Amino acid sequence: MLNEIQEKILSIVADMKGTGEGAVNIRSDGEKAFRRNTEHIVIESKTDKDGIDIRIAPFTKHESVHIPVVLTKSGFHDMVYNDFFVGEGADVTIVAGCGIHNCGDCDSEHDGIHTFYVGKNARVKYIEKHYGEGEGGGKRILNPQTILYLEEGASVTLETSQIRGVDDTKRYTKAECQGANSEIIIRENLLTHADQHAVSEMDVFLRGVDSKAQVVSRSVAQEASSQIFYPRVEGDAKCFGHVQCDAIIMGKAKVRAIPEITCNHVDASLIHEAAIGRIAGEQILKLMTLGLTAEEAEQKILEGFLR
Amino acid sequence: MLEIKHLSYHVEGETGGIDILRDISLTVEDKKFVVVTGPNGGGKTSLARAIMGINPATSGQIFWNGEDITNLSVTDRARRGISYGFQQPPRFKGMKVRDLLDVAAGKKMSHDDACSYLTKVGLCARDYIDRDVDTSLSGGEVKRIEIATVLARKSGLMIFDEPEAGIDLWSFARLTDTFREIHDKKEATILIISHQERIIRLADEIVLVANGVVSARGSVEEIYPRIMADTVAGCNLLEVNGKC
Repeated sequence: MLNEIQEKILSIVADMKGTGEGAVNIRSDGEKAFRRNTEHIVIESKTDKDGIDIRIAPFTKHESVHIPVVLTKSGFHDMVYNDFFVGEGADVTIVAGCGIHNCGDCDSEHDGIHTFYVGKNARVKYIEKHYGEGEGGGKRILNPQTILYLEEGASVTLETSQIRGVDDTKRYTKAECQGANSEIIIRENLLTHADQHAVSEMDVFLRGVDSKAQVVSRSVAQEASSQIFYPRVEGDAKCFGHVQCDAIIMGKAKVRAIPEITCNHVDASLIHEAAIGRIAGEQILKLMTLGLTAEEAEQKILEGFLR
Repeated sequence: MLEIKHLSYHVEGETGGIDILRDISLTVEDKKFVVVTGPNGGGKTSLARAIMGINPATSGQIFWNGEDITNLSVTDRARRGISYGFQQPPRFKGMKVRDLLDVAAGKKMSHDDACSYLTKVGLCARDYIDRDVDTSLSGGEVKRIEIATVLARKSGLMIFDEPEAGIDLWSFARLTDTFREIHDKKEATILIISHQERIIRLADEIVLVANGVVSARGSVEEIYPRIMADTVAGCNLLEVNGKC
């Protein structure tokens, strides 16, 4: 049974009402709060360490898995290992948000290590939202790791976003496109404010012939917050990779973007772009001519940028 | 009605002050179609931006429907029924054409309504409604979306700064039809900065701005032949205090 705070966080990080639909595993304060399997998707607790195995049967189509995490105990440090085995030809959506409500003075932390084994020609859309709230002086810390191994023809789209209220985060994403024609798309949206700090590292290895990677990072750093990005893409075969980092900087915030591309094959084609800047005055003015105040215009621009 | 009284706009540059607009007085009656034209650097855009409040007047007054709006913000002027199409509109990463039209309309528009505004500027609505207003669009496409946002405001006074710039001939023809339709139906007062004969010929009045002042004004029949003669024989029409 979930309380009001837990239900609110679930709706924010996983768009869930109640226990949602499809396969579900809700983890709350380090324990299983709810689980539901389906005919094609089975979730089992690990026996050697804390976490779950999610097994998606081959050719499962248009099904979803929700595995949100909620932390409401101040001072709680949660670490979990979740492994996803996506069968050949499957086409699924996985939602794995995490929200922390910390109203105490001790730090609350969730470290989730997610590993994906994506079978031949399988397609996965993975959505992860992170959020923090609570009036306590304790920090809300989230350190996600997402590791992916893609077989021939597999395609994964990661949509990760840090919505608000996360004091400290160290994100790490590693994708190995091992199979021919495999494809990874990473869209990361990150918002920091107050004196929050975020580090995001990515390693993408394009090893299969004609494998592809697209990394799009959009971030907004407000007030006195700071962010560092290290997206790295390596091409070891005939492949294509594109890294794009865009950041809006506001107030006294600081942002560093250090994209790195490495070609180890003559037919590897890799591109990177990085841009950091404030909101253009003409953008604000344009929206003001449409009737918004300067503050409303700024909010509208940020909403679109982080969509 | 738009009334401009003794409007001046002065900027300080590295080499001293420059009077961009000097003591301009102008009245535009309701539902009239006025084209402001003149040589580059004469003050046309500064005049339009001063009316919208983007460049605040250094001195003088601007009245809209009898209210002194000289000290109002851009937002307040927009909310009182003035809209403005930029000569070089900005792009918005992540914001869709539909979002921008919704902001312009001040409400979530129906799909059909949003599409109708794009059609009015010669864009195939289906192809553009869900696109981002970013660098994936050409300058001409962004310009037409800009004009669509002004139309969606349904303002009492619509100001356009060189709406023809960057727009292909086919879309331009569609655009002039739209301006003519607004004027014929008396939907709004239109003030357009333009150098295009096809737009100039739609006007009830031409205002020639040069060297920061209104150097001539009158009907198309009266002013346009003089402009044409001027471009061939010299610049008598633009001459202000012996300067051209």
